[in-house]
Amino acid sequence: MTYWGAAVAEGILIKGGRALAFPGGLTGEVDIMVDDGRIKAVEKGIAAGVATVIDASSCVVAPGLVEMHAHLREPGMEYKEDIASGSRAAARGGYSAVFCMPNTEPTIDNSSVAEYVYDRGVNEGLCMVLPHGAITLGRGGETLAPMGEMAACRAGVMGFSDDGAPVSDSEMMRRAMEYACTIGTLIISHSEEMSLSGGGQMNEGYYSTFLGLRGIPPEAEQIGIYRDICLAEKTGAWLHLAHVSTSGSVELVRGAKRRGVRVTCEVAPHHFSLDDSMLVSYDTNLKMNPPLRSRGDVEALLTGLADGTIDVIATDHAPHASHEKETEFDRAQFGVVGLETCLALVLTKVVDPGVLSLEDAIARLTEAPARIMDMGRWGYGTALTEGDDANLVVFNPEYEWTVDPGEFMSRSRNTPYAGWNVRGKVLHTVFKGRLVVTDGELV
Amino acid sequence: MREVRGNRRDLLSISSLEKDEIINLLNSARSFAEVSTRSVKKVPALRGKTIVNLFMEPSTRTRMSFELAAKRLSADVVNFSSSTSSLSKGESLKDTAKTIVAMGVDAVVVRHGSAGAPQMMTAWVDCPVINAGDGMHEHPTQALLDLFTIRELLGRLEGLKVAIVGDIDHSRVARSNIHALRKVGAEVLLVAPQSLIPQDIRRMGVEVTGALDEALGWCDVLYLLRIQLERVNESRFPSLREYTLLYGLTEARWFELDPKPLVMHPGPMNRGVEIDSRVADEVESVITGQVAAGVALRMAVLYDLLGGSRG
Repeated sequence: MTYWGAAVAEGILIKGGRALAFPGGLTGEVDIMVDDGRIKAVEKGIAAGVATVIDASSCVVAPGLVEMHAHLREPGMEYKEDIASGSRAAARGGYSAVFCMPNTEPTIDNSSVAEYVYDRGVNEGLCMVLPHGAITLGRGGETLAPMGEMAACRAGVMGFSDDGAPVSDSEMMRRAMEYACTIGTLIISHSEEMSLSGGGQMNEGYYSTFLGLRGIPPEAEQIGIYRDICLAEKTGAWLHLAHVSTSGSVELVRGAKRRGVRVTCEVAPHHFSLDDSMLVSYDTNLKMNPPLRSRGDVEALLTGLADGTIDVIATDHAPHASHEKETEFDRAQFGVVGLETCLALVLTKVVDPGVLSLEDAIARLTEAPARIMDMGRWGYGTALTEGDDANLVVFNPEYEWTVDPGEFMSRSRNTPYAGWNVRGKVLHTVFKGRLVVTDGELV
Repeated sequence: MREVRGNRRDLLSISSLEKDEIINLLNSARSFAEVSTRSVKKVPALRGKTIVNLFMEPSTRTRMSFELAAKRLSADVVNFSSSTSSLSKGESLKDTAKTIVAMGVDAVVVRHGSAGAPQMMTAWVDCPVINAGDGMHEHPTQALLDLFTIRELLGRLEGLKVAIVGDIDHSRVARSNIHALRKVGAEVLLVAPQSLIPQDIRRMGVEVTGALDEALGWCDVLYLLRIQLERVNESRFPSLREYTLLYGLTEARWFELDPKPLVMHPGPMNRGVEIDSRVADEVESVITGQVAAGVALRMAVLYDLLGGSRG
C-alpha cells in the first residue's frame, strides 16, 4: 500500500521563506519548488509558472516534524482519538510523521494490529502514522511480544515500548533488551518504579503536601531510569527514555552518555513549560504521568536541552474525553494533548529565552527523531535537497496567537494551555508533495 | 472566604482565608454559641434558605453538626449521602452538582474523599460551596472550631505553642489547623515518625520532631490525631502497640506532666491507641467542648455566607 494523494499536478512553489535544513542550517530567503511529490528545486527567484504559490515571506521552511511519542488511541478508544483525528491534529501541528504508542485495545503487539494502524494512517494520507510495538504481550510484562514479526511487517516497527507502564520485571527488561539487540530495534522505556509511585496523583513535594494529593516522588522515575541504563550498559541495547521529567533523570542520562552507553531521551513540552505549583487550581488538565515537576526540575530540563543531554522533544500526546477529565482529581485520567501546540511552545519557551537556537530547537523535532527512528527508510530526509520527498512545514516564528482548544483537530481538548498567548504558528504543511495544511487550516 | 466569584463566596480552605476573616468568624461563633444554650434553640436568620449536605464519604459528626447549625438558623436542610444517592450508581460529581443546582438550593456543604472536589464543584454550581472535608486536603470548619475552643479555654491564640501528634500525612485536620494556627500567630510543632510526615511540610511554617517527650514539655495545646490501623499495612509504622509506645498519650506520660497542656482531639478517639482511656476520661470535657463549638462555628459560617444583606 502506498500513500495516495498524488502530487498536485502543477506543483507548489513556496516563495521567499528561509529554509532550515539538516545539515545546512538556516539559509537566507529562497524559493522551493515541489512537484510530483518531491523537492524539485531550492534556489532564488524560481518562476511560478502553473504552480500553486505559497507566500512564505517571514516564514521558516523546515523538514516536516517527527513525533516520536503519541497516543492515537486506535484501535479501541476511538472516543478519545482515532487515526483520522490524530492525523489531522498532527498535520495541523506541522508533523510529517507520528509514532504512536501500542497501548491500544487490542495492544499493538503483533504484525496484524501494527499493519492495521499503519494502513489506517496511509488511508488518511495526512502524515505517516508509524506504530511502536509492545515489548510484552498485552503490555502485561510477562511474555515477550514478537518483535521480529513486527519489525518485518509493512509497518516496519522499530521502537518497542510498554509505554503507559514500565516493564517492572528486571529480568524481562534484560531479555527484551538482549532480544532487541539481535533484531536491531530500539527499546523505548517508560521508566518508573511502580512500588514507589503507585496511587500518586502529582509530583511529590510541597505542593502535593499543600493540596493533600498523593505524591509521585522523582525517585520513582530515577530508580527506573537507573535500572534501565544499567541493563542497557550490560546488554549493549539501544535505550530511548521516554518523557524524562526530573533533574535527577537528566543527570543520570548525562552520566550514561559520558560513559558511552547507547542511550537517548526525550522531553515533553509540558515538562519544560509548566510546573507543579500550577496545580493549586486542581485543574485535571495538569495531570499527567510523569507529573509536572518542580521549578528546579524545569530548569534542569532546559539545561539538558541546551547541553544536548536531551535529544528529542516529543509531546506524549494523550487525548482523553471530557468526562475523563471533568471529574475528581484522583479519578481523572493522566495525560494531555500536545500535537497542535508543540511547535509554538518550543518557540515560546525554548527559543525565545535563548535556551536553544531556532536551528537546534527544530533539530530536536526533526533531525534527531528521524535519526533515532531511521526515517530514511520511509523516504523522509531533513536535507531539503533536490529529489527528496517533499515533507515540509512552513511556520512563522513571530506570529502570536492564543490557544483555543475549540479549534483543535484532535477529538480531545485536554490541554492546560487554553488561553495561552504563544509565539510561532504552523501556516502550511506539505506531506509527500501535497499541501495538507494551508493558512493554518486543513486543506 | 477569599474565593469571591461575582457576588458569591465559598469556604474551601483555611489557606485562602485572611487572619481577620478567621477572627471575625470566631467572634460571630461566640454569639451563636449562646443560641444553643436557650430552651428554644433557633433564630430565624436563614429562614427560607435551603442547604444541601452532600456527603460522599461516611461522616456522622460533621454532617450532624452542619445539619444542626443550619436548623438552628431556621434553614431547610437536605441530606444527600453517597450510600443513598445516585453517586453509588456511577453518576459523575459534575452531573450530581448540576442536578442539585437545578433544584434551586442556596448552599452546598461538601464532604468528599477526593482532595479538591469542593473547589471543582464551584465551577458547576452557582451557590456557595462549603468544604466539610476533602480527602487529605483541608477541613476548614474543624480548624475554625478548634481555634474557637482554644481561644475560649486559654483566652488567646497568638504566641501559643501547639503540638499536633499523629498521622500528619493523611490528615486534612492537620493541614487546616496548621494554616489556621500560623495565621493567628501560634507556633506549631508536628510530632510523628518521619514516615507520617509529608514532604516539605516545613514550608508551611512549622517545626517537626519525632520525639513526643520533647513536645510534651513545650506545648500549651496537645492536639492528638486519630491513628488508623490501615497505615500499618502501608508500612508507615510497625504496629499500633509500637505507635502507642512512642506517640500515645499514656497514663505514665500524662501523670508526669506538670503543668498539663490542653488536650484536643477531632474525634472519634481510639482509646488505648493515641490516648489512654483514663486520660481520655480526664480530658473529655475539652473534646466534647470541641463538638459543641462545632455547631456554633458552623452557624457562623453559614450565616456569613448566606445571611445578612447578602441573602
